[in-house]
Amino acid sequence: MAEDRLSRVFGALADPTRRDIVARLAVGDATVGQLAEPYDVSVQAVSKHVKVLEDAGLVTRSRDAQRRPCHLEAEVFDLMTKWIERYRRAAQERFRRLDAVLADMAEPGRKSDERKGEAS
Amino acid sequence: MTDTTTTPETTIESDPKVPVIRIVREFAAPPERVFRAYTDPDVFVQWLGPDQTSVRLDRWDAVSGGSYRYTMVRGSEELVTFWGSFHELRSPDRLVQTQSMEGVGDGAILNTVTFEELPDGRTRLTDTTLADSFEVRDMILASGMDEGVIAGYAKLDELLAAG
Repeated sequence: MAEDRLSRVFGALADPTRRDIVARLAVGDATVGQLAEPYDVSVQAVSKHVKVLEDAGLVTRSRDAQRRPCHLEAEVFDLMTKWIERYRRAAQERFRRLDAVLADMAEPGRKSDERKGEAS
Repeated sequence: MTDTTTTPETTIESDPKVPVIRIVREFAAPPERVFRAYTDPDVFVQWLGPDQTSVRLDRWDAVSGGSYRYTMVRGSEELVTFWGSFHELRSPDRLVQTQSMEGVGDGAILNTVTFEELPDGRTRLTDTTLADSFEVRDMILASGMDEGVIAGYAKLDELLAAG
């Protein structure tokens, strides 16, 4: 079910360290060891975070290569960009409507300046 | 789609360190008028909802310490109900409110809107939404909030299915 996957994606991204890992993998593939370097935590702890990201389908690791670098799934990164862009577009549409209402309010006697129930 | 040069740009920021969404936009009206558009019930319902969606105010007591509840309605369908408290209304420069979505979790977001006076009777509006977790913040971003959770999830489902 898409909803289950969605919950896993939200859950995986709820952790600041995992968000940071995703941001770094957006720049390029990296091994668990490389990912662990800047953090004050063990490689094992980072490995657990990577596992959560893998289970959510955000990250894949190649089977064959010795180093098994982590790779961010491109469509997931697109998805996040789409969320933010869609949210921005919804805000922009809302504010365009507000532009029109504000222009209306500037003209005295227009509908938006009248009080309800005083028309009679 | 590109915005035309006559429309001010809406910028959006999602902070990586705190679960915040920040929107900044300028308006060709003084702060008093923009503030009124956010607090006067007759004006508020005119611009909030997307096309084909109307806003039904179930409760609206726009004073510091007051409360509100409104429902987005499309045709005969109730899309989503938002409710919360007006924590502080300080005309014309500041509005602080809490907000919850009925039937979705137990949390509330803290929404602070500032109206900053600019030269030539203009206003810079900054809308900051603070969620209680990154999970909730991302859900708000993903749903598009005003489109309603259900509509937002339907679109996300499509994106996920395509991926």
